[in-house]
Amino acid sequence: MNEAVKVASQDAALKPVAGPFTGNEAIARGVWEAGVKVAAAYPGTPSTEIMESVSKYPAADLHAQWSTNEKTALDVAIGASFAGVRAFAAMKHVGLNVAADALMSFSYIGVNAGLVIVVCDDPGIHSSQNEQDTRIFASFAQVPVIEPSDGQEALDFTKYAFELSEKFDTPVIVRATTRLSHTRSEVKVGARQDIQPRAFNENPSKNVMIPSNARNQHPKVLEREALVAEELASSPLNKVEINDTSVGVITMGLSYVYVKEVYPEASVLKLASSYPLSERLVRDFCDQVDRVIVVEELEPVVENALKVMGIRVEGKSLFPRVGEFSPEVVRDGFVNAGLLPEKIRKGNFDFAPMVRPPVLCSGCPHTSCFMALRALDGRVAGDIGCYTLSVVEPLKSMDTCVSMGSSIANAVGMAKAGTQTKPIIATIGDSTFLHSGIPPLIDAVYNQANITVFLLDNHITAMTGGQDHPGTGKTLRGEETARVDFVKLIKALGVEWCETVDSYDMASMYQSLREAVEFKGVSVVISDRPCVLDPQKIKGDPFKVDQNKCVACQSCMNLGCPALTWSSGWHEGRHKVEINPESCMGCSICAQICPTDSIAL
Amino acid sequence: MVEKRNGPTNVLIVGVGGQGVIMVSKVLAQLCQNHGYEVKQSEVHGMAKRGGGVFSHVRYGSAVWSPTIPEGEADVLLALEWAEALRWINFMNPDTGTFIADTQRIVPPFACRARGRGEEAGYAPQTPEEIMAQVRAGYAIDATSMAEDLGNLKAANTVLLGALSTTLEFPVEDWLEVIRGFVPPHSIDINMAAFAAGREWAQAGDKRVEESAKGLHKADVELQQQVITKLEITEEWCKGCDICVKMCPERCLRLNEQLVAELPDPSKCTGCRMCEWLCPDFAIKITNTPVLEAAE
Ligand SMILES: Cc1ncc(C[n+]2csc(CCOP(=O)(O)OP(=O)(O)O)c2C)c(N)n1
Ligand code: SF4
Ligand code: SF4
Repeated sequence: MNEAVKVASQDAALKPVAGPFTGNEAIARGVWEAGVKVAAAYPGTPSTEIMESVSKYPAADLHAQWSTNEKTALDVAIGASFAGVRAFAAMKHVGLNVAADALMSFSYIGVNAGLVIVVCDDPGIHSSQNEQDTRIFASFAQVPVIEPSDGQEALDFTKYAFELSEKFDTPVIVRATTRLSHTRSEVKVGARQDIQPRAFNENPSKNVMIPSNARNQHPKVLEREALVAEELASSPLNKVEINDTSVGVITMGLSYVYVKEVYPEASVLKLASSYPLSERLVRDFCDQVDRVIVVEELEPVVENALKVMGIRVEGKSLFPRVGEFSPEVVRDGFVNAGLLPEKIRKGNFDFAPMVRPPVLCSGCPHTSCFMALRALDGRVAGDIGCYTLSVVEPLKSMDTCVSMGSSIANAVGMAKAGTQTKPIIATIGDSTFLHSGIPPLIDAVYNQANITVFLLDNHITAMTGGQDHPGTGKTLRGEETARVDFVKLIKALGVEWCETVDSYDMASMYQSLREAVEFKGVSVVISDRPCVLDPQKIKGDPFKVDQNKCVACQSCMNLGCPALTWSSGWHEGRHKVEINPESCMGCSICAQICPTDSIAL
Repeated sequence: MVEKRNGPTNVLIVGVGGQGVIMVSKVLAQLCQNHGYEVKQSEVHGMAKRGGGVFSHVRYGSAVWSPTIPEGEADVLLALEWAEALRWINFMNPDTGTFIADTQRIVPPFACRARGRGEEAGYAPQTPEEIMAQVRAGYAIDATSMAEDLGNLKAANTVLLGALSTTLEFPVEDWLEVIRGFVPPHSIDINMAAFAAGREWAQAGDKRVEESAKGLHKADVELQQQVITKLEITEEWCKGCDICVKMCPERCLRLNEQLVAELPDPSKCTGCRMCEWLCPDFAIKITNTPVLEAAE
C-alpha cells in the first residue's frame, strides 16, 4: 500500500469520515495532511475554493496566499520548494497557460521538497473561455498528471502526488474537473504529516537553467518519464476490474464513474494517470479483453498513446471530443459501439426553456460604465470579469474579449492598425489589471497609442466569488496589508491623463469618458465603487417608480438591472416599469436615467 | 412515496441564483448522510449568483457512481421557481417521478425586452394548471406567499422541504433536526411552521392549484391595437447636439455627416416620444396614428 493511502486509513480509526466535502475541500484537506508549508493561487472557477479552504487551516501550519496571477503563484511555490518545504499551487486550466513559462523550465529543474499543482479543467465551459485539456499540457511539460475521480481520491491522490514528486524529482499536476471540484461527498480524513524541511540544495547545475545546464537536464527528464510510468503502472491507485471480457474499457477521472453508472458489466482499467502511461500496464489489460474502448473526457490523450503502442482501440469515434461527459453522453457512446440498447428518452414535454442568462447584479457598479460606453459608441476591447456580462443586450457594449489582460494590448493593436474611426477603449477590472494589465499599459504609453483605458475598480475579484487582491488591502486570511494606489501606479507608468469617477454618478461618467477619448495619447478613467455582493452585501433603501409619471419609454430598462421589471400598468401600448424592493439596492442609476423623473426614493 | 429501486434515489433541486438551491440540497444531503446512505451532491456555481439558473443533483443510496442524475431518472424535481421547474421537467422520471414547484415567478430582465405595442413579457407561458394536468404526481405551491404570510420570505424553501418530506422515507423529526442546524437561531420557529405548512399542503392532495398561482397579467386587448408611428425631423432646426441620439431608448437615431439627426431604420422606432420631449430645439415630431384611422 502506498504511503498516502496507509496514512489515511490509519487515521480513519481516529475520525472515520468528514464532510460532506466538495472535491475542492478534499484537495485542500490533502494539501494540509501532506504537510505543505507554502500554498499560493490565483482564483478561477472551478478551482477558487481550493485555496479558500486551504486558508481555513491554521496559519501556524502553512502559509496560504493569493498571488497576483498564476505564474506568480507557481513561482512562489517553486521558491518554497527550493527552500526545502512542500509547496502547492492551484489554478484553473487557462491559468496554467499563464504559469506555463515557469512550469516548462521547472520541469527540467525538478523539486527539492515536493511541489504539486492542482489544475481544474472545465469541460463543457461552464465558466471559462475555452475547454483545453490539461493532460496535454502535462505531457508537453513532461510532468506527471494524476486524475482523481471522486472526493476521497481527490484527498488521497493529492497526498500521493507529493510523494511521487519527491521520489522522482518532478513537479506533479493533479487534474480535477468542474464536476469533481463541485461535488460533495463523505471523505475519510487523516492527520497532518510532520514533514521536516530539507536543506537548500546548493546545486546551480540543477537549479539554474542556463543552456549548458538545461542540455544536461533534458535527458534526465526523459529518464524520469520512463521511471514514473513504471512506478504508476504498479500503483494501487489504478484499478483493474475484470468482468465481461468481451469489452475492456480504459478510463480515468470522472469518466470512470459514468462508465460504472451506465455499463457496470464491462471490464475496466481505471488509470490513476493519463501521462506518463506504462505500456506494460495497458497491454496486460488489453490482452485480457477482446475489444478495447477508451472513455476519456475532451482530448484523445490515452487513445493516441495506445495507438502509438500499436494497440487497436476505439475512443473518439464513439465519444465526443467536446463538452462535458454525463451518464447520457457516455451511454450514447456505448450505444454507438453497439454495446448498449438505445434508451428511449421518455420526457414528454417539448417546450423550449426560457432564456435566463446571468446578468450584472442590481446596483452593480459596472452597469453605469457600460451604459456610458454604449452611448459613446466606441470600439470596446473587453476583458474577463463580471463586466464581460455587458456583451449581451441591453448593455451590449463590448466588441472583443480574448483572455485575461488582453484588452489593453488589443486596443493598442486596434489603434495601430489605423482602420478604426471610433474612439478605442479598453475595459479592464481591477483584479485583471493587476493580474496582467500593467505590462500592456506600459506598452501603450511606450508606443504612444491613442487609446482610453477604463479601469473598472469594484475593489474585489468579483467574478470568482469575491477574492481579495493587492488592490483591496487585505490578504487571503483577511489581514490588513499594503494596498495598491491605482492612480499613483498609473501615473508612474507615464500616463498623463487619469481621472477617477464615482460609478454611481452617471453624468460625470459620461463627461469623463468624453474628455478621455478627446485626449490624444493614453488616457485612463477609473470607475470607483465597491461590488454590491462582496466582500459584503450592500443593500440600501429601494427606489420606487411613480406609476402616474412613468411614460413606459424603457430608458431605465436599458440598464438590464434585475430589480427593474414591467408592472401591470401600460402607457401607449408599452409596459410601465416597477422596482422589486427586495432586490433593488438603491444605487439611483435608474433614477438618474429616467427622463420624466418618475423614479425616486 | 418514491418507489424503492435498486439504484440510488435521485432528487434534482433547481432555482435561480440567490434563492438557496445549494442550502436546500445541503439539508437533504445531510439528512441522507445521517441515515447512513452514500450521498453525492453536485452543483455548478460560476455564473449562478448573477441571476442565472442554478441546479443541484442529490443522489443517495447504498452506492452512488455518477454525481449527476441521468436525464429522465429524477425521482423528485424540486423547483424554487416556476420557469426553472419547466426547464428541468424532462429530467423527471415521467412514470414514477414527482414534481414539486414554487409557483413564484422571477422574471429576468431578458424577458422584458420586447418593445412593440402590447407585447407580453417573454416569461414561460405554461401555467400550473397545464402542467399539473400532465405530470404523474405534482405539487404547484405558492410557497413564497405562504412564507410571506408566516413573516419571512426566506422560509419559502422550508415550505418546499415540507412538501418534499411527504415523498421521501425519512421521519419528520429527522427533517426538523437537520433544518434546525441550518437556519439562523432566531428564525427556527418560523422555519418549523413553514415546514409544517408545506407538509400539510402536500398531504391535502396533489395537483391542486391555488388562486394566487394562476397566470401572468395579460395585455389589455384595447392596448394591443396597432399604430403607425411617424418620426419627422425638421433638419434646419437641428443643431446636432446629440441629445436625442444619446437618449433614445431604442438607440435608433444617429447624426449624419452634416451632423443632423436621422432615423436610418424607422421600424426600430417605437414612438415613445423621448426625443420629441428632449430636443431643445423642437426639431423632432412624433405621431402615432392607429392603423384603423390611418386606413380611413
Ligand atoms: C488566466 C485566468 N485566470 C483566472 C480566470 C478566472 N477569472 C475570470 S474573471 C477573473 C477576475 C475578475 O476580476 P476583476 O477583473 O476585478 O473583475 P470583476 O469580476 O470584479 O468585475 C478571474 C479570476 C481566467 N478566466 N483566466
Ligand atoms: S458580483 Fe459585484 S461586480 Fe459582479 S455583477 Fe454583482 S455587483 Fe457587479
Ligand atoms: S436604484 Fe434602480 S438601477 Fe439601482 S438597483 Fe434599484 S432599480 Fe436597479
